[in-house]
Amino acid sequence: MTRRMRPNLSYLTFTSGMMVGFQLLRFLLDLNVSQEQVTYFERGVERNVRQEAERQQHHQTANHTTRILCWIMTGPKNLESRTKYIKDTWANRCNKVLYISSVKTDFPTVGLNVSEGRENLYWKTIRAFQYIHQHHLEEADWFLKADDDTFVIVENLRHTLYKYDTEKPLYFGRRFAPFINQGYMSGGAGYVLSKEALRRFVKGFSSGKCTHVSNIEDMALGLCMETMKVEPVDSRDIKGRQTFHAYPPEMHLVRQFQRPRPWYLTYEYYTPFEGPDCCSDFAVSFHYISAVQLYVLDYLTYHLRPYGYKYRFNPDKENRSQLIKTT
Amino acid sequence: MVSEGSSFVKGMSMGGLFCLVVSLLSGLSPSPKTSTEEHHHHHHVKAPSKDELKELSNAHIQELSKQVQVYCVVMVQPKLIVYWAAALDTWSKHCDKSVFYTSEESKALEAVDLNEKDEWARLRKALKHAYENAGDLRWFFLAQPTTFAIIENLKYLVLTKDPSEPFYLGNVMKSGELEYVDYESGIVLSYEALKRLVHVFQDEEKCPERGNALWKMDDDKQLAECLKYTGVFAENGEDTHGKGLFNSKSVHTLISDSMKANPNNVLEGCCSDMAVTFTGMSPGQMQVMMFGVYRLRPYGHDFHDVLAFYPPEGSNND
Repeated sequence: MTRRMRPNLSYLTFTSGMMVGFQLLRFLLDLNVSQEQVTYFERGVERNVRQEAERQQHHQTANHTTRILCWIMTGPKNLESRTKYIKDTWANRCNKVLYISSVKTDFPTVGLNVSEGRENLYWKTIRAFQYIHQHHLEEADWFLKADDDTFVIVENLRHTLYKYDTEKPLYFGRRFAPFINQGYMSGGAGYVLSKEALRRFVKGFSSGKCTHVSNIEDMALGLCMETMKVEPVDSRDIKGRQTFHAYPPEMHLVRQFQRPRPWYLTYEYYTPFEGPDCCSDFAVSFHYISAVQLYVLDYLTYHLRPYGYKYRFNPDKENRSQLIKTT
Repeated sequence: MVSEGSSFVKGMSMGGLFCLVVSLLSGLSPSPKTSTEEHHHHHHVKAPSKDELKELSNAHIQELSKQVQVYCVVMVQPKLIVYWAAALDTWSKHCDKSVFYTSEESKALEAVDLNEKDEWARLRKALKHAYENAGDLRWFFLAQPTTFAIIENLKYLVLTKDPSEPFYLGNVMKSGELEYVDYESGIVLSYEALKRLVHVFQDEEKCPERGNALWKMDDDKQLAECLKYTGVFAENGEDTHGKGLFNSKSVHTLISDSMKANPNNVLEGCCSDMAVTFTGMSPGQMQVMMFGVYRLRPYGHDFHDVLAFYPPEGSNND
């Protein structure tokens, strides 16, 4: 026994053994609790996958499908700060999603031959639609453009679109009045082109009827739509409430004191409302949504709900009761 | 070498044993942080499961939904006027009866003026008033206007609980040895709990009206102390998965926290689908909550709930 010769070392190993033993047990106890959390997450994910399958069935009713291809206007600088959260919240509810950037990456992003920057937004849009027309035309019925700070409720978009014929030249979004006679759809609120509208947009550029007239992407596209005789559709619900929104919910919902219409509502094509009538229960989009707010809206739309609550707005029930009255 | 190795092993086993002993003695849960996990040896009240509800007959369910009516006690003050107005215009409309009790009269809004400057004394008066004016209502929800509540989910939580039993529910916190329901996250009392509370208010020893001038306990802790004397203990309100339903933070904060803690499962790791309360939301955010909770939804998602709650009359933001 070397105890007498090295008492300090023996004491040291004992103490370090004690510390290691303590931490090890602590870690193991910790692990037990984490297991519960993991099981909970797994159950939750299973539940969501099953629910998702049930929901997908809903809109294959009519004679046609309402497949939506969503393309997100983004760039290398935003992938970690914004686009990642778009991907984690609503983007995978689209039938197909493309992240359009100037650089191809494993995000995955499509890299178009366009530079970044505000001055290139319309170039990006033109190239994006040309790319989609060339590679993905048959994969979808409708084509949505959104920003990397737009929140979209894809089910409600399908509900808005399903009664329309995608072979007609139609275009949906938040309609603004100035500059273009028939108005144009806000870029930030997201806009949707029918298949025929997409064909005409691409044809407009190949024939020279549409050109890069401006950097203001939404307005310039709106002009091309007008030139190519694509019709802007009124996407408000049956109570006249808007579905696409160019600002976050709070800005639309909170009624202010009587005052002249705020600057951000002066562009409106249809008379805007502040307060609860601003927005449809089946809202399609909101804009200027931060990463946290994307999850907040996802939570409010798809998760948090009042148990047993019978919604005030029941358009289907109303339609049915109208049918009963006429027969 | 061998002796060092063996002393290391001896040390390890001592350390491990020591850790176990400490854990068992203090109920130590070395992991974070949610109130449900910290309270594994405390009382929880869980919302009824789908299976539990399936077993009930329609008649029984009708009876339960009549029984589960809520009297909201909202403690306001003129300096919180914007929250007072928000509570009036938002969540309190979903209470079967909501009464606002104020510290002093306001020219702008009506409330029961208890003419009482002391916060604790005022709270006692309000609870006594609610008890005396309960009528048929058997559940009481005590809140401040800075709380946002979803009353339907409160009803769901207590649906199968008997209000003639004492229940004192919410977001349970611990202060030393005392477990209490956090005031800001909202406090739920059954009729029996409130009855016992009002009774013990008369006992100046156990539950003094003016308290000790030197050492003032927070109202929620005082409440817990008084209720303890009557044999009523705080219970954490949870959903069927064990997630807390009463939140001391806003939706925004909870999600922000979850983005850091559970980046791959932000919503799953966050808040319950059946949450009852959130705290620290601005009046504008409360209007967004009304839209988000009572209106905004994806078309085609239908739920087959066993109860039906109808939108309140004369309201347009829900």
